[in-house]
Amino acid sequence: MAYTVVGKSVSRADAVAKVTGKAKYTDDFSERGMLVGKILHSPYAHALVKSIDVSKAKALPGVEAVITHQDIPKIRYATAIPGVIEAIATDEVGVAELKYATAGHPFSLDPSHRDKEDRYILTQRARFIGDNIAAVVATDALTASKALKLIEVEYEELEALTTTEAALKEGAPLIHDDCERNILSSAGYVIGDIEQALKESDHLIEGEYETSIVQHCHLENQISLAYVDSDRRIVIMTSTQIPHIVRRIVAQALGISWGRVRVIKPYVGGGFGNKQDVTVEPLNAVMSLAVGGRPVKLELSREEAMIDTRTRHAFKFKIKTGVNSDGKINGIQIEAVSNTGAYASHGHSIASSGGGKFRYLYQTKALKYEPLTVFTNLPVAGAMRGYGTPQIFFAFESHIEDISRKLKLDPIELRKINLVETGHVDPLNQTVIRSCGIRECIDKGKELIKWDAKKALYKEQKGVKRRGLGMACFSYASGTYPVALELGGARIVMNQDGSVQLQLGATEIGQGSDTVFAQMVAEVLGIPMHMVHVISTQDTDISPFDTGSYASRQTYVSGMAVEKAALEVKRKVLAVAHSMTDIPAHLLDLKQQHIVMKESGERVMELEVAAMQSYYDRVHAQPITSDVTNNARINAIPYGVTFAEVEVDIKTGKIKILEIFNVHDSGKIVNPQLAEGQVHGGVGMAIGYAISEQLLFDEKTGQPLNNNLLDYKLPTIMDIPEIGAAFVEKEDPTGPFGVKALGEPPIISPAPAIRNAVLDATGVAFNRIPMNPQRVFEKFKEAGLTLN
Amino acid sequence: MYDIKAYYEAESVEEAARLLAEKPNLKLIAGGTDVLIKMHGGQLEEAELLSLRKIKSLENIHVRDDGTVAIGAMATFSVIFHNAMLKKLIPVLTEAAVSMGGPQIRNIATIGGNVCNGATSADSASSLFALNARLKLQDEKGERVVPIREFYLGPGKVALNPGEILTEILIAPEDYLGFGGQYIKFAMREAMDIATLGVAAVCKVENGNFAEVRIGLGVAGPTPLRCLEAEEYARGKKITAETLKEIGKLAVRSTKARTSWRASKEYREHLVEELTQRALKTAVVNAGGAEVV
Ligand SMILES: Cc1cc2nc3c(=O)[nH]c(=O)nc-3n(C[C@H](O)[C@H](O)[C@H](O)COP(=O)(O)OP(=O)(O)OC[C@H]3O[C@@H](n4cnc5c(N)ncnc54)[C@H](O)[C@@H]3O)c2cc1C
Repeated sequence: MAYTVVGKSVSRADAVAKVTGKAKYTDDFSERGMLVGKILHSPYAHALVKSIDVSKAKALPGVEAVITHQDIPKIRYATAIPGVIEAIATDEVGVAELKYATAGHPFSLDPSHRDKEDRYILTQRARFIGDNIAAVVATDALTASKALKLIEVEYEELEALTTTEAALKEGAPLIHDDCERNILSSAGYVIGDIEQALKESDHLIEGEYETSIVQHCHLENQISLAYVDSDRRIVIMTSTQIPHIVRRIVAQALGISWGRVRVIKPYVGGGFGNKQDVTVEPLNAVMSLAVGGRPVKLELSREEAMIDTRTRHAFKFKIKTGVNSDGKINGIQIEAVSNTGAYASHGHSIASSGGGKFRYLYQTKALKYEPLTVFTNLPVAGAMRGYGTPQIFFAFESHIEDISRKLKLDPIELRKINLVETGHVDPLNQTVIRSCGIRECIDKGKELIKWDAKKALYKEQKGVKRRGLGMACFSYASGTYPVALELGGARIVMNQDGSVQLQLGATEIGQGSDTVFAQMVAEVLGIPMHMVHVISTQDTDISPFDTGSYASRQTYVSGMAVEKAALEVKRKVLAVAHSMTDIPAHLLDLKQQHIVMKESGERVMELEVAAMQSYYDRVHAQPITSDVTNNARINAIPYGVTFAEVEVDIKTGKIKILEIFNVHDSGKIVNPQLAEGQVHGGVGMAIGYAISEQLLFDEKTGQPLNNNLLDYKLPTIMDIPEIGAAFVEKEDPTGPFGVKALGEPPIISPAPAIRNAVLDATGVAFNRIPMNPQRVFEKFKEAGLTLN
Repeated sequence: MYDIKAYYEAESVEEAARLLAEKPNLKLIAGGTDVLIKMHGGQLEEAELLSLRKIKSLENIHVRDDGTVAIGAMATFSVIFHNAMLKKLIPVLTEAAVSMGGPQIRNIATIGGNVCNGATSADSASSLFALNARLKLQDEKGERVVPIREFYLGPGKVALNPGEILTEILIAPEDYLGFGGQYIKFAMREAMDIATLGVAAVCKVENGNFAEVRIGLGVAGPTPLRCLEAEEYARGKKITAETLKEIGKLAVRSTKARTSWRASKEYREHLVEELTQRALKTAVVNAGGAEVV
């Protein structure tokens, strides 16, 4: 379809605010008499707190409160209005034992679908280095830091389990008493008869693949500001992706009714899934309650944020694939072990989500997926861009490359033989693939990187620096349906001049959602972008209900609500115009701030005239608004591919990425420039995942070794080549304006594409990422490549 | 928030030296890019700082009449990198300067702070070692000059006596004139990173032979170091791939690499061997020699 605003690279709604520094982030807000909170973290990976002496810390001038696990119930009782204490989280345990779940999922009325409640605001049993033991509120950060050092804690150390192997071992201590063998979940699936499918295949190919723990490293660390307002409600301003969910979880953690919490989300400096979880907010609320409701700011340092928020799950895969000589895959069997760290967070759903989204790419007779999500005494793994898919696609897209080599088939042809087609119906959840541009993506990528010419050129290489090409595909989803509820909320108010305010429950966290929503509204209402004022702040008292920014859902799911809300406003405007002109509304349209005849384009009146009428007509005045919720019970599957060219220094083990292209089928692209930005960011992140990033821990003690940006090798702009982004716009009939998801997808396929390119360059297969220089050197040596 | 108890600023070296003598607790701060990191990490509490930033004379870079290059301790890495005279006379040093940190850090970090911080990874150190740099130190009583090789005592430990200030870094004409050099910073990132290994090689070429070779290494031991055995071997040798190979091997003998989670001893030694050859190969060309193939 031809659009005027949708599909155009209009500048970001918040560009000027951000460039001029007018955009306010949580740290830009302060309240009179604001205090500072700091957290005492456990120095042991697994230990019981035997005693805590806070007397010295309390005596330090400037210290307003010192809080330990013993104080939490008291704080709750003291501040809750009698009669409203509700142990919503757990009925069976008393308020003093209130445990809560942190994962940012929509609430489920079905108790069996809720997240595991395994966290205390402050714990008596440390389960990882960094676990929250005590907290201080003081007049300034320095005093708070000094007070932390004065808290005396006596620990009884327990055996620390730092690997999934150790955690799964017979007789290993339990990290959570109710989780046998330290297994959080093992929900997989089987499609078809896997034994039979493998048996009747010409070839059986096996492989093992491994990914590492990495961290989001969003620019803005976790930060919040909490106080009790005049209505005796707890107000929390926080850097979050999910304000409405934070409200619920804080209330659950404190055992108070949900309406007594108000959450405000200002501008956010990135999240990547780490802020789809509740981390600092309940403790921040408790800090404020401990000082009589005075405002307290709680900000994590980078060193804290890297271990005491969430990380990405490291996975180990064992894959067995049955293939016929013509390349047709009969059956795939995948065993996965996922390291979820010390608490559940999103752990149970990440392994299953990765396995679910993987199903939309290839068609096989049989598929068996057996994931094990295992607790260890390491930092908590949670949601991170891609949510389990970067792991499984690294494994499988490496594996399929290995298959192509063993069978001497062209890797691209092998994939094409097995790809799904439009019309495919997922055998387990019945999702229908209504648009599928993966083949076009592959063809485009192949052309962009000049695959055939370079392949011929790099055939026989002998030198120290060798080049190679690789590619990898992925499938994803637009939101979480049918697993979880997908509500989107939008509200529009039209002003007297025909401009509008757009209120959203969906959260802008840097990805550009405010802008694309404004484009949708501008498109429907025939007004320019500058007449759509997006209220970027979410305030749970005011903003429509929407569960927030995650699962690449907003443009698709929240976009549905936005489109509906705009259509309702349009209908109302045209009704006013009809009342004024007697031209039937269905003959009218909105274009360029005018009400026009749909067919001829003839201008009937200015939009402003109708808007004024709606405000001031002496009989029928009723300003035009809409307030819409959309429950999306549908999904659309985005696809894409990465093509990479690398140069490997055989002697030093350094991998240089010369060219990289990501080609996406994300349906209609609402804003090409923003979409490219998403791709650049995602590919950059994936390059770190592939060749440099890994959170390291001492295997004996669980001590983090590199939880800072010097030692954790997040790539700089100098390490990232120019990234090519291209789109195959297969409009999905279910999406607003034909859109599909794009937020997370760019991070999924670069790592295996780079791995396959290194394999192409050197003949050495890396089945473990990151491929950092030392590992590459060692592996080359093993393979006899480093000849000195 | 930094734990700063007191802050002083001196306008001249003499004033700074006097303040240091009066208040032995004072910690010198130049650009602060090491000092503030230490405070952030809690290694330096209740600091009483004496800033050198107002002492403009310490930013001076010039060539003395005798050809000695003198670099003020407060010269920042940006200033060093952009200094046309240094770029012409001792490009190996300006290269090292620009390999350091990122633009913002280079704009504030000083070469004096880099040296006095005593880190084996200091990006200026390998080059200064290879260039036989000498350090001019001043206190209330007077001045002394020490060769940089005697200045580094151990990780984070340098031979600054209490009350002393580094004022100038000196490079004699016989140590740079006619030399070609190359600095290779091998790090996990192309910017904002600490070297896994730093290799500075300088050499003088005569008739296809090495007249002199000096190799400075960073992160190959607890302090920056020189590869004297390799240098000795190289003297007078014909410049060939074999010679370079042997130099690479011998260079490893001067190192004291160890295994840490950052890199293994084996890998570090492998890098020393390989990158010494690569650095020297380019240094030969920069010294006017023919490219070794
Ligand atoms: C983000 C970042 C990136 C970095 N990257 C690099 C890098 O790539 N390579 C590298 O080598 N370093 C790097 N560093 C470390 C640091 O920037 C350098 O060591 C820098 O040169 C220190 O200089 P300064 O002026 O900031 O020193 P300061 O921090 O002010 O001082 C450092 C030490 O020297 C002492 N001192 C300073 N001046 C004098 C003087 N004139 N006389 C006596 N003592 C003195 C101080 O007391 C202190 O002990 C980095 C630091 C940061 C924060």
